[in-house]
Amino acid sequence: MSTATANQTIGPYWHLIEDPIWADLTRFGAQGERIVLTGTVTDGAAAPVSDAAIEIWQSSPEVSDSFPAFGRCRTDPAGSFRFVTLKPGPVPGPGNAQQAPHVAITILARGLLNGLTTRLYFQDELLNETDPVLSLIENEARRSTLIARKVALDTWHLDIRLQGDAETVFMEI
Amino acid sequence: MTIETAPFRPVTDGSQPANNTPSYGSTLLRHPKQAALRIPHTITEATGPAFTAARFAAIPDLSVMNGRQAQGERIIVRGRVVDESGRAIPHTMIEIWQANAAGRYDHPGDQHDAPLDPNFHGNGRVFTDAEGWYQFISIKPGAYPWRDHYNAWRPNHIHYSLFGDGFAQRLITQMYFPGDPLLALDPIYLSVPDTAARERLIATFDLDITSPEWALGYRFDFVLRGRNATPLESA
Ligand SMILES: [Fe+2]
Repeated sequence: MSTATANQTIGPYWHLIEDPIWADLTRFGAQGERIVLTGTVTDGAAAPVSDAAIEIWQSSPEVSDSFPAFGRCRTDPAGSFRFVTLKPGPVPGPGNAQQAPHVAITILARGLLNGLTTRLYFQDELLNETDPVLSLIENEARRSTLIARKVALDTWHLDIRLQGDAETVFMEI
Repeated sequence: MTIETAPFRPVTDGSQPANNTPSYGSTLLRHPKQAALRIPHTITEATGPAFTAARFAAIPDLSVMNGRQAQGERIIVRGRVVDESGRAIPHTMIEIWQANAAGRYDHPGDQHDAPLDPNFHGNGRVFTDAEGWYQFISIKPGAYPWRDHYNAWRPNHIHYSLFGDGFAQRLITQMYFPGDPLLALDPIYLSVPDTAARERLIATFDLDITSPEWALGYRFDFVLRGRNATPLESA
């Protein structure tokens, strides 16, 4: 038995493996409620992080031939990213708990020796009040760093702050 | 396809770099200062994407483009992908990227004054077989300067991205080459606290993988996080 291989930063040149179409999780013809997720990533000086890889993974809707449930998008010079995907539904949590609809996020970038993991939740979901992960965060302001704002009928937006005031809650998984 | 849902074992202390590594300047404004929130592994963390060779075409030879040979020392890299219990991870995707033999990335952000190679782009993709083995062909990447500190040079390295079969297994790492004098000076390599864990990032020269009169062979194994014995309660 040995321990898992050590992480190293993805560095500034990861775009060599990038396929921009991966940001569209509906490209294989997935049927369902099509939504847009936008966001920004900023550093401890509130400067945009413009060389990051943002990855999303959803346990709902379930992965299938038409829905990869995984996406990857670069941040642009303004630190912005944009995914097209399907709206997740609730999924089971520990014990009998239901998890509110959510999207898992990994942020990979130069200067991040390990990827950072967080979650995106949706504004105004009733299940947010009882979600077993959100409930672990006692501070209301901290909890709100995970809640994406609805900015259009089909679009939610999340600002991710790597460091400093209103630093996003990152998770050890 | 069976979807495994057992949670993953915790990360072993010292085996992973600290995000706050002052000697690597880019970490200063990018590492979170709040402690990470430990969350239980749910179906979201225990499951993960499935990439198939049918949909994501393999690129197993980086050393040739349009039938033309890239400049540099041809290498074969072979190894296994296993989990912490030694269990093979079959049919899993490995993404590969690297600089050319002169130490230059075919990337607009790389301004190093070293030549680009029209026959080398530097991205690859392979899948493990049923027993977890993978192999690809490339050229040995050159060392390159960076601006972390005065006269800083990255050791020769190849970048990798692996997914395993669960979101919590995601691995982004770099493979180094034996005997590189730059390793002792590299804050990224040195960011891994545990010596043994760090040294496992160095490939082994392997005469059995070496192909006579054609290419040098290196062995490099990946270990992804292992699962607990018991599945999720809700699964
Ligand atoms: Fe590199």
